[in-house]
Amino acid sequence: MSSAAQTIGNRSRLVGTPHRTVAVLRHIALRGAAFIYLGALVVLPVAAIITKGFGDGFATFRDAMAVPGAWGAIQLTLVTATIVAAINAVMGTTLAWVIVRYRFPGRRVLSTVVDLPLAIPTLVWGVMILVLYGPNSFLGKAAETLGIRVLFTPLAIVLALCTVTLPFVIRNVQPVLLELDEAEEEAAATLGATRFTTFRRVVFPAIRSAVFAGTLLTFSRCLGEIGSVILVSGNRTGHTLTAPVFIFSLTSQFRFAEAAAVATFLFAISFVLVLATGKLVKQREESG
Amino acid sequence: MSVAAGAQVAKARRGRRAIIALALLWVSLLLLLPLAAIVWTVARAGLSSVAHTLTQPDVLHAFQLTLIITVITVLITGVFGVIVAWVLVRQRFHGRSLLNAIVDIPFALSPVTVGLAAVVLFGPGGWFQPFFAARGIHVIYALPAMILVTIFICIPFTIREVVPVLEEIGLDEEDASRTLGASVWHTFFKVTLPNIRWALAYGIALTTARAIGEIGAVLVVSGLIQGKTETATLFIYRAYEERQTAEAYIVALVLAAVSVAVLIVIESLRHRQERERTRT
Repeated sequence: MSSAAQTIGNRSRLVGTPHRTVAVLRHIALRGAAFIYLGALVVLPVAAIITKGFGDGFATFRDAMAVPGAWGAIQLTLVTATIVAAINAVMGTTLAWVIVRYRFPGRRVLSTVVDLPLAIPTLVWGVMILVLYGPNSFLGKAAETLGIRVLFTPLAIVLALCTVTLPFVIRNVQPVLLELDEAEEEAAATLGATRFTTFRRVVFPAIRSAVFAGTLLTFSRCLGEIGSVILVSGNRTGHTLTAPVFIFSLTSQFRFAEAAAVATFLFAISFVLVLATGKLVKQREESG
Repeated sequence: MSVAAGAQVAKARRGRRAIIALALLWVSLLLLLPLAAIVWTVARAGLSSVAHTLTQPDVLHAFQLTLIITVITVLITGVFGVIVAWVLVRQRFHGRSLLNAIVDIPFALSPVTVGLAAVVLFGPGGWFQPFFAARGIHVIYALPAMILVTIFICIPFTIREVVPVLEEIGLDEEDASRTLGASVWHTFFKVTLPNIRWALAYGIALTTARAIGEIGAVLVVSGLIQGKTETATLFIYRAYEERQTAEAYIVALVLAAVSVAVLIVIESLRHRQERERTRT
């Protein structure tokens, strides 16, 4: 950071005095454009939500929480987000490991396929889950005979969230794994460590912050996800109604203040997590 | 090789196979089976019903609206994204880390909340509602709000792709160009832009995919007016709710196909970009 500041210092010397005023003005104009762009399009809406939700202190928030199903919706969202984050941490790390370390036919296809959730609209994932587990489908019937209902249950929510957040941990862990020196693992193995011990003591410490960053990102995405969930969850109050869908239903009843209060609550949790993720990634890049 | 070592190798190989199998099973269950299911269902419905659905005025209008919103979003987030990235990397000023944190806000906000914010600002009783109402401009439940919320959601993509590349290339080339007498614009278009082009293209591809697929925010601000403020995703949503499942499936599959095409572009761009980065 200090070296960058230095180069900027050098640069203004290079530009020379006659152009200096123009250069300074240009800098200020660009900075102004950046602030106006983000101020109008990001800060203003966020300020509107917070003012609407907490303009009268906590009274609106209390009222919103008193709406039947409100607390249940927040609870359901927090619980499903936690489950999905945990599953994703394990499966994402496994997938990243398989993609980076193993050579087998179809590896490149696998590496591309795991990016599908980034491209295909979340609502379309929801529709596909409806088709796959619907009453007329093979899997739907098979699950039914086993006594498992997928659609319109919390299981469908978890499934949908796992799908749309699948790449998050992988994309964080993959670059770190690629850079890891396999000699260290070989050394550990030579010294008699079991493969599990090697992973726990050598590999995991190196990828820990990347796994954590991906997991936090997954969690915060789950708090806000609606597209993949809204069709498959059934949206039954107190049972399968998630917080984002709850905010949507409050909004369509024109209960903006209550919707804003719930939204602010979720945003606060999510924003802290996103900031923490940014810090983790930055730390890793600086140490690496 | 001793028997014990041989047994260990065999065990390692078994473990490896089990992990690969688990990975493939997981990806199949979550990604490939759902895709296969919808392809199968639409294929069974037959080409004629696909053609019939895709030529309906409502469907055509929905795709057109999605296209308009996506193009405008890509243009605005592209131009301003480069400006913000440039300011973040090349300038030192008070409030820089604040600006940096603001860029991440859209990642933390639920799309529904974004839509709600637009309603609070422009909707009935909203802060700016009197201003626009007096001028007869419909913002909410109309195209302007749908574009605004989509831009909001897509803001971080370009910036987060361009910033690391700008940081990496440093100032040497730009300074050389300026010292040799090139103008600021000339330097930008001939030196800076070629350096960031793949990152920018990747950011644009991500923005495109996201703008095409956006549902939560437009669901709130569109007012769901059939044939008017209905994007492709909103069409799917309404068609499914109205039990026109066949049409919903077909439009969903088309959107998925378009998005996969975008993904292929994304992948090839990333490979290009990585190759370019390793070369520098």
